[in-house]
Amino acid sequence: MTDATSPTPSASVPKKKGSLLVADERTKKRNTAEKRFQAYGIIAIGIGLLFLIVLLGSIIRNGIPAFTQAYITVPIELVEEKLDPNGNRDPADLRKVSTFGYAPLIQEGVLRAVQDAGIETELSSPGDMKALYSASAPAIVRSMVLDNPELIGTTIEVRLLGASRVDGYLKGRVTRESIARDKKIDAAHLDIVDQMVELGMAKRVFNWAFITGADASESRPEQAGIGVAMVGSFFMMLVVLALALPIGVAASIYLEEFAPQNWLTDLIEVNISNLAAVPSIVFGILGLAVFIQFAGLPQSAPLVGGLVLTLMTLPTVIISTRASLKAVPPSIREAALGVGASKMQTVFHHVLPLAAPGILTGTIIGLAQALGETAPLLLIGMVGFIATNYPDGIAAGFLSPNSAMPAQIYEWSKRADPAYYERAWGGIIVLLLFLMTMNIIAIILRRRFERRW
Amino acid sequence: MDDLRIIERTTGMNDIKVSARKVQVYYGDNHAIKDVDVDIEDKTVTAFIGPSGCGKSTFLRCINRMNDTIDVARIEGEITLDNENIYDPKVDPVQLRAKVGMVFQKPNPFPKSIYDNIAYGPRIHGLAANKAELDEIVERSLRRGAIWDEVKDRLHAPGTGLSGGQQQRLCIARAVATEPEVLLMDEPCSALDPIATAQVEELIDELRQNYSVVIVTHSMQQAARVSQKTAFFHLGNLVEYGETGQIFTNPSDPRTESYITGRIG
Repeated sequence: MTDATSPTPSASVPKKKGSLLVADERTKKRNTAEKRFQAYGIIAIGIGLLFLIVLLGSIIRNGIPAFTQAYITVPIELVEEKLDPNGNRDPADLRKVSTFGYAPLIQEGVLRAVQDAGIETELSSPGDMKALYSASAPAIVRSMVLDNPELIGTTIEVRLLGASRVDGYLKGRVTRESIARDKKIDAAHLDIVDQMVELGMAKRVFNWAFITGADASESRPEQAGIGVAMVGSFFMMLVVLALALPIGVAASIYLEEFAPQNWLTDLIEVNISNLAAVPSIVFGILGLAVFIQFAGLPQSAPLVGGLVLTLMTLPTVIISTRASLKAVPPSIREAALGVGASKMQTVFHHVLPLAAPGILTGTIIGLAQALGETAPLLLIGMVGFIATNYPDGIAAGFLSPNSAMPAQIYEWSKRADPAYYERAWGGIIVLLLFLMTMNIIAIILRRRFERRW
Repeated sequence: MDDLRIIERTTGMNDIKVSARKVQVYYGDNHAIKDVDVDIEDKTVTAFIGPSGCGKSTFLRCINRMNDTIDVARIEGEITLDNENIYDPKVDPVQLRAKVGMVFQKPNPFPKSIYDNIAYGPRIHGLAANKAELDEIVERSLRRGAIWDEVKDRLHAPGTGLSGGQQQRLCIARAVATEPEVLLMDEPCSALDPIATAQVEELIDELRQNYSVVIVTHSMQQAARVSQKTAFFHLGNLVEYGETGQIFTNPSDPRTESYITGRIG
């Protein structure tokens, strides 16, 4: 009170502020700080976008060639004396002729086609032609004959897979300089290829076999495809979805809505958060010890892979489900309880539908994470070399050995032939397409469920 | 305030609907309600008034056992509804809440259609045998909630799309749809404007014909306008309980007088 009465008018009368039309020092400073911060943000986003563009660009540039493949179309005479010496078309006899019986026929067929087309070359022996086409050609022709014995004795047009060097030459990966020390192909072969391309005998076409096919041996990259690994990944995702969604949602609903708050539930909660941060390879070793060594499930099986990935995905699903349950306003629960709904009716009629979009998004993010996971699969042997096509191959079921897309990509990237490097990039494109599809499904489902209200 | 009208409104004795004896509520270590004894009459509006944190909402929530959903809450003493102890271990709170409806402070319609909001309670309690009966219940409840005329053309529009006052009347209609015997209202008008408040207050007066209504309110004018009996809570104690007219004109406890005249609270 004494202060107010003391004669200090300068303290009590506020200093007059400057004109509003002129920004003062402090305001200027604050505005610059804000502008500076916005600039930092734009730079950060720009760097992120730049990385994304570089990443996507390099994936697409390196991976797109894997989706095309060079083929050489030549007439092959299926000589009866060689393929069916008895002439009775008995399947058992036909089977006795191995791929070694077919190889000379193909070599001669290619050589004749080259000579008939008037292609000039110093290569004159049938054996020289082997460098042009895939080593898988005899096996493919043989299976054609076994499927249809009527073909024996006729001349058929066969589309042979080009050898990986020929394929690379058409794609620009292999050049005349780069083959100088290559023992598998000579400049003379490339001369033939050049002329074959002009005559339309060799062509680069879309490579369905890459999308639907199986893995191939180290020396035949042109034959390798990611199809079987895709089936393996798909089976695993089915297992993960069928286990992680119901278990995760049930666990979260119980923990969030029913469980009493005590040290035990606190402990469980902390451990779920911790599990989400455990390196995936640990889950791989756990799966190896529990599912394969203890429970005796087969190695390399999508079921085991799915179980391991379920363990890995569960914490993600539980955490996101609990977060979306928590986000449902408590007033809705009170409203339902207030009209006499039981706890379970409250949860299932009101809380769960409101939380569903979040639960779905969390689950699909968990699935996407599981789809791209490699490390645990290496430990349980999900890098099986599966060279048989589905649906009749061994990669047909949940318990038969299979591979998975990321494991297949990892396998390919280890191999020596640069053609495999290209396939690895191609595999990454397929994997990314899968992930994008799943994310789009997540968005669509979320929209659908949100629109119901 | 029209004091005369309050005195005139004094009603004769009704049956006792809800009776509380020595009720104690603890939130953990906090003793929130101390020794509350109260008899709530049937077909009467009873108002609970008192400063914030005095325990009036807590006590209200004891009457339909909504406090059960709070883990740390512990209730002692006895509350009877028609002479049956509602805290008897044999009582299922779900059955109790069908008899004791509740309207909350903030309008909280389900994010569903207006029709489904009303029909939800009757559906889970099996009050309607078929669609026609359910339609009838929905219409009757919306009429009782004094909102039928406003929503009859858009029963399948979302309930959350209504205005605040309409939402609150929808919630009241939802509460009466299950045919409760007691209706608890926890500050039902605190989120509403004066016009919506007037509509809801009128509605509360009409509801008195059929129900025992207990209303918690911060507004003493509102308590004076709508209630026949008033209970004043302070620091967890029930200080005074009696005819509304007597509480507002001639309180016997000095604390009540201080609160009503604005000296505490």
